[in-house]
Amino acid sequence: MQFMLLFSRQGKLRLQKWYVPLSDKEKKKITRELVQTVLARKPKMCSFLEWRDLKVVYKRYASLYFCCAIENQDNELITLEIIHRYVELLDKYFGSVCELDIIFNFEKAYFILDEFLLGGEAQDTSKKNVLKAIEQADLLQECCMTDTVSQSFSMV
Amino acid sequence: MPAPIRLRELIRTIRTARTQAEEREMIQKECAAIRSSFREEDNTYRCRNVAKLLYMHMLGYPAHFGQLECLKLIASQKFTDKRIGYLGAMLLLDERQDVHLLMTNCIKNDLNHSTQYVQGLALCTLGCMGSSEMCRDLAGEVEKLLKTSNSYLRKKAALCAVHVIRKVPELMEMFLPATKNLLSEKNHGVLHTSVVLLTEMCERSPDMLLHFRKLVPQLVRILKNLIMSGYSPEHDVSGISDPFLQVRILRLLRILGRSDDDSSEAMNDILAQVATNTETSKNVGNAILYETVLTIMDIKSESGLRVLAINILGRFLLNNDKNIRYVALTSLLKTVQTDHNAVQRHRSTIVDCLKDLDVSIKRRAMELSFALVNGNNIRGMMKELLYFLDSCDPEFKADCASGVFLAAEKYAPSKRWHIDTIMRVLTTAGSYVRDDSVPNLIQLITNSVEMHAYTVQRLYKALLDDISQQPLVQVSSWCIGEYGDLLVSGQCEEEEPIQDEVLDVLEGLLVSNLSTPVTRGYSLTAIMKLSTRFSSINRIKKVVSIYGSSIDVELQQRAVEYNALFKKYDHMRFNLHVLYDLVSLLFQANDLLDLLGGNDVVPVIQTTLPTKPASAGGELLDLLGDLSLSGRTTVNGLKIEFTFERANPNPNIAVITIHATNTTEADMTEFVFQAAVPKVITLGMSLSHRAPATPVAGRAQCALTKVARYSVSSGTLVRLASGLDVRCVKKQCGWLGCVSEDA
Repeated sequence: MQFMLLFSRQGKLRLQKWYVPLSDKEKKKITRELVQTVLARKPKMCSFLEWRDLKVVYKRYASLYFCCAIENQDNELITLEIIHRYVELLDKYFGSVCELDIIFNFEKAYFILDEFLLGGEAQDTSKKNVLKAIEQADLLQECCMTDTVSQSFSMV
Repeated sequence: MPAPIRLRELIRTIRTARTQAEEREMIQKECAAIRSSFREEDNTYRCRNVAKLLYMHMLGYPAHFGQLECLKLIASQKFTDKRIGYLGAMLLLDERQDVHLLMTNCIKNDLNHSTQYVQGLALCTLGCMGSSEMCRDLAGEVEKLLKTSNSYLRKKAALCAVHVIRKVPELMEMFLPATKNLLSEKNHGVLHTSVVLLTEMCERSPDMLLHFRKLVPQLVRILKNLIMSGYSPEHDVSGISDPFLQVRILRLLRILGRSDDDSSEAMNDILAQVATNTETSKNVGNAILYETVLTIMDIKSESGLRVLAINILGRFLLNNDKNIRYVALTSLLKTVQTDHNAVQRHRSTIVDCLKDLDVSIKRRAMELSFALVNGNNIRGMMKELLYFLDSCDPEFKADCASGVFLAAEKYAPSKRWHIDTIMRVLTTAGSYVRDDSVPNLIQLITNSVEMHAYTVQRLYKALLDDISQQPLVQVSSWCIGEYGDLLVSGQCEEEEPIQDEVLDVLEGLLVSNLSTPVTRGYSLTAIMKLSTRFSSINRIKKVVSIYGSSIDVELQQRAVEYNALFKKYDHMRFNLHVLYDLVSLLFQANDLLDLLGGNDVVPVIQTTLPTKPASAGGELLDLLGDLSLSGRTTVNGLKIEFTFERANPNPNIAVITIHATNTTEADMTEFVFQAAVPKVITLGMSLSHRAPATPVAGRAQCALTKVARYSVSSGTLVRLASGLDVRCVKKQCGWLGCVSEDA
């Protein structure tokens, strides 16, 4: 996978994960163009499109578009499953996840993604394991606060 | 100094902004506060501030001043700090800036941290954005972690190693020892990432590929266990056990089995098993089948297995899920060359996909349809494709039109069908055909001698209906100019137009706003040509002289030259015509010779379709055999016919035989034959039977043989042929190089 973007139906970016080195300017340009292209798609169209020299796989969950750019030898159908797995993880973590959860807890969305994918590939195919790791890391975050006065658990 | 506001607080505030300006103001205010906080080296709230900065960065605002702060967070001992710090590094830093190198030492320390979650953060960051320098420095640490028994770390180290290898391929060797026992792991996470690592290594290095081929039996066993084992809740997706792992193993098997008979055989059974046993009701099962099909088609599988694969694709085509149909069409397109017959069986389903609503599916279906056209199905297929051309989006029309021309050229069952098909394309998608199709079509029409009357009649009628589509108009004008005599002579089946009507139409083209300059050139030339075929010479003279002062330089030049023909060389006008015909036919002959002589098969019409591998010699020779390349002109009772042949043994020489027949009762004296050709062609003429200036008796024939030799690059000639008008003769040879019969 080269990158993953999450954006709303109005085209507002909610998460961007890049697995290839690009300048900020290039990232902005790609994001703008791709978001425009995907938002222009009609509901009856398939989830895949060819864009520049990449394959783009996208799926809409409620008000959020999940959009991945994969390489030519990657399997589009399994990418749909990867997206679905990420949504399931978010759902389990936040409890019936909605766009607002991602907006207000974007850093957690990133942590979950980074526990599921590394360098664009899935690290663990077990939902349980990924969630357990996140849970443990959250605990670690909590208890390392205890030594400082007036740190509440939501440090950020 | 009050504590900086919390992240969630900030997000809430910014979302209340009603305008972009309001938002910008809030952001600027907060940025200022954050900057001063950074300046004060506030350790307590650095984490919070960087998190806020990351939010603002996502909204599109600059955040580069937070880069160093991220590094400080990473160096902190607090896990929270590290978490945000590494996230910030991944979002704000990039390998182009030297700043990122400062991370290296921190990462190194964290890779050896006592807490696995810290190690995990470091591995993740390195595997996501590590530059080549960082990778070089830290590869050793990664390799160490690849050998650990901690599966949480091992799986991450494997993917990190993939990234290292991508950045610094020379380091691949160093990971080899660590890969020894990777596949004996029980942990699916480690298995999955190990397979990814092995895939990366095998793809990059043929040596590694050879080395890892011995893993095929083990991979087959793992895959078998996944399929045969019972329900495993941890890895189950819709009743299928760990589809992600299955897909990756299938992909690795593909790479290992490619071009190796033994490996391919070893995986034959399991592939058949997966192909037949996988549940297809959900996307996940189809994802596995898709990967299986790709593998079967790429390795050296036996034919039964290949047919099984194509049938799976055929079933995919009928699936309600458009994603599955799309994927099937893409795969079939890849296999249509090698397994042509098997794919043909699904032709009708593929053609149905032309009517799909999805643009990507339509495009694939179109490409595949063209690949499947052959001599047997041409009529049926063309009907569908022409219907598609009628109704498809403009973005398809150019490619579809080119494809139709190419297919028609290859497989036309009859000349009339061929001309009809071209007509259909020109009238339905005339503005979308490529520029080079006009000369190609003209050539095609010229070669179909018996169809000239039919063609010119149909093209004339098309012009009456619509003059907006330039390629159609250009081809029509050319034909009318060339065969105008047939048009008005009553050879057509329907009511023929009279000369004035035809001239009206051509003149109409000259003045119309819809005509491009190129089209105007064509119609002016056509009008000029008709001066030797029609009797309304005065009218033509008038038109030509008007355009002598045209603003369009090209048109003006032509008109002036034509005018000159009327004034100074009127007696030669007829001869000019003969010459013109000769030269145009010469060009056609040269094109043919070019096809024969060249090493490559030169497609007449350029498309993006794959051309059939040429059994070049045989097919092209047949082409010449079938073709009756000839032309005729009757001028003042002197009938002249040209025929072309390839000379034996030297294929670079075309022998043009000219039969001159005196069809009048009277004798013709002072028969002098001259030929003007471009300098690139050398013309050797020999006269058999008749000496020069001997009267050709009434109703007598004389045969002259001309030999043309050429040795110039084909490109030049083809371009000249495209011009195909009087101007061409004049410009290129400038009335030089006239060779008399004696030479």
